[in-house]
Amino acid sequence: MKKRIQMVLAISALALLSTSLLSGCGKSQAKAGSNGEVYVYNWGEYIDESVIEEFEKETGIKVVYDLFETNEEMYPVIEAGGVKYDAVCPSDYMIQKMAQNNLLAEINFDNIPNYKEIDPKYLEMSKSFDPENKYSIPYSWGTVGILYNTKMVAKEDIPTKWSDLWDEKFKDNILMQDSVRDAFMVALKSLGYSMNTTNEQEIKEAKELLIKQKPLVQAYVIDQVRDKMIGGEAAVGVIYSGEMLYIQNEVKDLGLDYSLEYVIPEEGTNLWLDSWVIPANAPNKENAEKWINFLCRPDIAKKNFEYITYPTPNKGAFDLLDPELKNNKALFPDDSMLKNSEVYKYLGDQSDSLYNEAWKEVKSN
Amino acid sequence: MINRKTAFIKRFFQDFYLVLIVVFLYAPIATMTVLSFNNSKSRTQWGGFTTRWYTELFSSSTIMDALYTTLLIAFVSSLIAVIIGTAAAIAINSMKPFPRSLLMGITNIPMLNADIVTGISLMLAFIAFGISLGFKTILIAHITFNIPYVILSVMPKLKQTDKSTYEAAMDLGATSVSAFFKVVFPDILPGVLSGFLLAFTMSLDDFIITHFTKGAGINTLSTLIYSEVRRGIKPSMYALSTIIFLTVLVLLLITNFAPKRKK
Amino acid sequence: MNKKLLSGPYLMWMIGFILIPLALIVFYGLTDKSGAFTLSNVLSISTEEHAKALWLSLGLSLLSTVLCLVLAYPLAMILRTRGMGQGSFIVFIFILPMWMNFLLRTLAWQTLLEKNGVINGILSALHLPNQGLINTPGAIILGMVYNFLPFMVLPIYNVLMKIDDNVVNAARDLGANSLQVLIRILLPLSIPGIVSGITMVFVPALTTFVISNILGGSKILLIGNVIEQEFTKGSNWNLGSGLSLVLMIFILISMALIAKYDKNGEGTVL
Repeated sequence: MKKRIQMVLAISALALLSTSLLSGCGKSQAKAGSNGEVYVYNWGEYIDESVIEEFEKETGIKVVYDLFETNEEMYPVIEAGGVKYDAVCPSDYMIQKMAQNNLLAEINFDNIPNYKEIDPKYLEMSKSFDPENKYSIPYSWGTVGILYNTKMVAKEDIPTKWSDLWDEKFKDNILMQDSVRDAFMVALKSLGYSMNTTNEQEIKEAKELLIKQKPLVQAYVIDQVRDKMIGGEAAVGVIYSGEMLYIQNEVKDLGLDYSLEYVIPEEGTNLWLDSWVIPANAPNKENAEKWINFLCRPDIAKKNFEYITYPTPNKGAFDLLDPELKNNKALFPDDSMLKNSEVYKYLGDQSDSLYNEAWKEVKSN
Repeated sequence: MINRKTAFIKRFFQDFYLVLIVVFLYAPIATMTVLSFNNSKSRTQWGGFTTRWYTELFSSSTIMDALYTTLLIAFVSSLIAVIIGTAAAIAINSMKPFPRSLLMGITNIPMLNADIVTGISLMLAFIAFGISLGFKTILIAHITFNIPYVILSVMPKLKQTDKSTYEAAMDLGATSVSAFFKVVFPDILPGVLSGFLLAFTMSLDDFIITHFTKGAGINTLSTLIYSEVRRGIKPSMYALSTIIFLTVLVLLLITNFAPKRKK
Repeated sequence: MNKKLLSGPYLMWMIGFILIPLALIVFYGLTDKSGAFTLSNVLSISTEEHAKALWLSLGLSLLSTVLCLVLAYPLAMILRTRGMGQGSFIVFIFILPMWMNFLLRTLAWQTLLEKNGVINGILSALHLPNQGLINTPGAIILGMVYNFLPFMVLPIYNVLMKIDDNVVNAARDLGANSLQVLIRILLPLSIPGIVSGITMVFVPALTTFVISNILGGSKILLIGNVIEQEFTKGSNWNLGSGLSLVLMIFILISMALIAKYDKNGEGTVL
């Protein structure tokens, strides 16, 4: 009896395998590219998958697509060179770090005619981490702000500044970002310091502030803020502006009895950019440039924007959008709302470990 | 009379306890199944009934590729582990006590070692020897942690086999290889099969070791799910899990309740 | 005919992929970034935040191991007395959930435990007060017990099934009651299974980082989280290796226990 069950289970395993072999084979053949390949390393859920297929069809270049979740996780992979990628999409401060450590190749802009579609405003912004605009091409950008639940937050309590996240009223109802820099940005900004400070005393103050906040925090999460806020799990949460479109649509579709509103705190916030770069050890640099050029094409940039909903720096794509979207202030805020905001800078290994140590203390407390 | 009554109460409590444990084990699985029919992408809101995640599942090349990789790695790693492990078990079984306990000690390392340490140590070794991370490194890692399960399943069966039948076969002129396959192998087959099955399951369920040993452009279901955890799991993933679960469950029920064949 | 040669591939495999990698961890753990010998990575376990994480991990994993044992032993006993040993059906009931990905199962618990989750939904339908279940140490323990319970049930069940009914009957004929049978016969004979179950639950519970992330809301830092972050985020591999070495002490203790109580490898999962 026992023997027979084991047999059947083993056979079932085989059956499962063979079905997937069939489906797998068909796919990998269709994919084989005649014009070489390009290794792309991008954030999870940060592209419309059909764009990859379109690129493959159009250029005959096979895309090997891989995902990372944080800049910090991506960096050692590129540094170790265990896998050689051709195009990577890190954030601002990480691009600066990679450039400083000679991990990036200069982009040949002649191969990227669609570069002209990028709004010069964002190239100006990029200069804070890529002073000569020679390593990076902006892919998407945004702000970090506070999302609040209109039902759980009374009118008079609507948060307007970061320091509102220390309000006892929100005990157990706050979702904070689970990443060193974002968490410290909130604390540093509320203290009136620069979020790029390397001053030990300021970092220490911010750390103590975060420790003070911890009992009020429900959870430290990254992208889960979105689902938790939609589900009404918490009253306020720190969130990336790019999630707003998805959230607003979902709230509408589900017919919830509350809505979720986005605030850019008055102390100023993190203005972030994710840009495409080419690692110095990229084996297929030209294919990478073709890839980046393809993503800069207005119709493709629009398609990606509609899928990932993070604001696009692509002027051509922006012009193609509905007027209603263009006027969405959560996504495309006026310049006046961004007065005190900054872009992250790479602070050097020593300050990095200062932040890491401080964050570990917050978390273990 | 009293005895019968207490026996009844005892049975009732036993049943009750069994049911509780089964509910505990299967509550999350039921949750996932429900979510696979949820029209909303949200994990917390019910947006109406739909089967669209099941259709989307089969058109998502990311998920299908990950499924294919997962099953391929589980199958190949279990198979290689069965071959190496069975051979090793036979060898260990014929050893003197000291080398035998030494080898069993080494066998125990990957079983008892923390997954995170095994994963990291393998990653360090691959990088140190310049092996680029990818399909083959996951495969090597899975074979490594699968072999002990095979050895531990085969060993007890080997101990039960009668040495004299093997020797008798040899006396009757069989070569050692054919004597092994004709006489010993059928006896240890259940152990080999359960070793295979256990290795297959462990490989299927592993996340941590794969997380550290995987490279570019390759995802198993576990690592794909982990990268989705932060942005919210695609409900197609729940659909896939439901399909896998039901397939295995149905097979299990068929084998268990099918009319028994006469021996 | 030399059967010992058959262990050749296995030995080479184990040396290449178990022993050498472990030696590398030792090497990294005992050196600093420049490659010079240092004990500071290992000793950093005594710093406040590391020690706290370790104690918390030890506490939570001990508690969940005890809970697993308390849940699993009666279960294995019931399975034995109810004669469910004929088929391996019951064993598969416990292995079956493992075919659903462990991350998904843990995530499903999040849906069950959340403020507006299924359990609180049931509670409010019954007009009972809502409970704050998620993001607590309790939620982490639940996640550990859930994920590792099969590793406790199966070894105990296996040793119990191997106990000859005649031994139990003999004890009864000699006048032992159920309790005495349990304490004098079943418990001592099932020690190999219990020991192997304990180590199979304790070690993964001690070192997990996923369960504490998903069910603890990242508010609770366990030693596994610290090590994982040193490798993936802090990129200080030496410190991560040094802390792994500390964890290996507990693993060595487990191995010693197994070697002492389970000489014949009886208490295995299958």
